[in-house]
Amino acid sequence: MNVPEMTEPEINVKPKLRVATTSLAGCFGCHMSFLDIDERLFDLLELVEFDRSPLTDIKHCGPCDIGIIEGGVCNAENVHVLREFRANCKILIAIGACAINGGLPAQRNHLPLSIVLEEVYHAQHGLVDGFIPNDPELPLPLDKVHPIHEVVQVDYFIPGCPPSGDAIWKVLTDLLAGREPELGHGLIHYD
Amino acid sequence: MNPDKQTFTLDGKTIPFCNGQTIIQAAMDAGEYIPHLCFNPEFKPHGSCKLCTVKADGRTTASCTQFAQDGMVVESNTKEINDERRVLLQMLFVEGNHFCPSCEKSGNCQLQATAYELNMMSPHFDQFFPDRPLDASHPEYFLDLNRCILCSLCVRASRDVDGKNVFALSGRGIKSHVIVNAQSGQLGDTDFAGDDKAAQVCPVGVILKKRVGFSVPIGKRSFDEQPISATPHPVVKEA
Ligand code: SF4
Ligand code: SF4
Ligand code: FES
Repeated sequence: MNVPEMTEPEINVKPKLRVATTSLAGCFGCHMSFLDIDERLFDLLELVEFDRSPLTDIKHCGPCDIGIIEGGVCNAENVHVLREFRANCKILIAIGACAINGGLPAQRNHLPLSIVLEEVYHAQHGLVDGFIPNDPELPLPLDKVHPIHEVVQVDYFIPGCPPSGDAIWKVLTDLLAGREPELGHGLIHYD
Repeated sequence: MNPDKQTFTLDGKTIPFCNGQTIIQAAMDAGEYIPHLCFNPEFKPHGSCKLCTVKADGRTTASCTQFAQDGMVVESNTKEINDERRVLLQMLFVEGNHFCPSCEKSGNCQLQATAYELNMMSPHFDQFFPDRPLDASHPEYFLDLNRCILCSLCVRASRDVDGKNVFALSGRGIKSHVIVNAQSGQLGDTDFAGDDKAAQVCPVGVILKKRVGFSVPIGKRSFDEQPISATPHPVVKEA
């Protein structure tokens, strides 16, 4: 019997992992720090492609392998975005102090929200005829700012305010290589 | 039994000790690190934080209150114990308000450094966000009770070294808090002074000297340079 010669099709192109990032109640400092991985961004782009992110301007998160969240939740929209990320991302990473423990925005938590709004829109020096914005387009503020793990399950955390580019790079490369991420002395920082 | 030859093992290493030494004292003298917060070698142990928990001959005990015994087998740096220590740290973090980026003690803080040592990546639990006071009434020092971990070192230092009793722990359970010995409740109305021992012992960022905050740049602070495990007797730079 003549066995037909088999030729293996060459499959060496691994599908890229899809990564989404967003900033909730954060200052974009963590995203700036992400950009501090500098030219390693090119190496990263060999392995991943971006879904929703300030880098792509895609407005909604589709199915992704990794979601990276900067900032805690301070208003209703933050909660919706966070849930969309959790529903779509296999791995969810909290990046930075605000996502992890509420951070700077949570410093308002010991004050009643009404006092904060009064102070910002009414009482402060130089505000004439100030009023508290109530346009239905605006997301309603939550009475307290919360870290994201209080709302959804979070798989990994990169602490820091912001974490260094090196810390972010370490966690991402560990994950991409299938290792449990570990920071260690010098890279783990809460400030 | 030769009293000079008494030893126990700590994670397999032989540690010599003298009569009356606790496990942690002997370990520190031998240059070994056991995580701890309320223990300070200069003071009587308080045994409250339980960070120093070890297994001595299989029994869980606080190494800062447990006397060393000849032939004892002590386990400290194990996954099981470190997992429990991390949970204790996470509870301390959520119980107070620890916003490290704006804390003058950051980089020199034993709570933070111990959390780094034990790879605490998140507080895990829900934050309490308690409403705690800040006392800036003293001309040289302020008290930020948002960060108090109730270790009682200030109490012990003021009472046992300064002979002043400026600080005390008051209340029970989750309502426990540090109070100062003045009718007004304000530090400025006590005889607390900058050269008191109590001004130097707080392991976290509660008792802080005014006008020196952030004088040491990031990268040069105690625990930037080396992890807390490499400094068994923490020589903490002033915040
Ligand atoms: S006391 Fe320590 S852990 Fe708490 S905020 Fe300050 S540096 Fe962070
Ligand atoms: S103020 Fe500092 S030294 Fe005093 S009990 Fe609190 S944490 Fe300990
Ligand atoms: S250091 Fe031993 S209980 Fe706190």
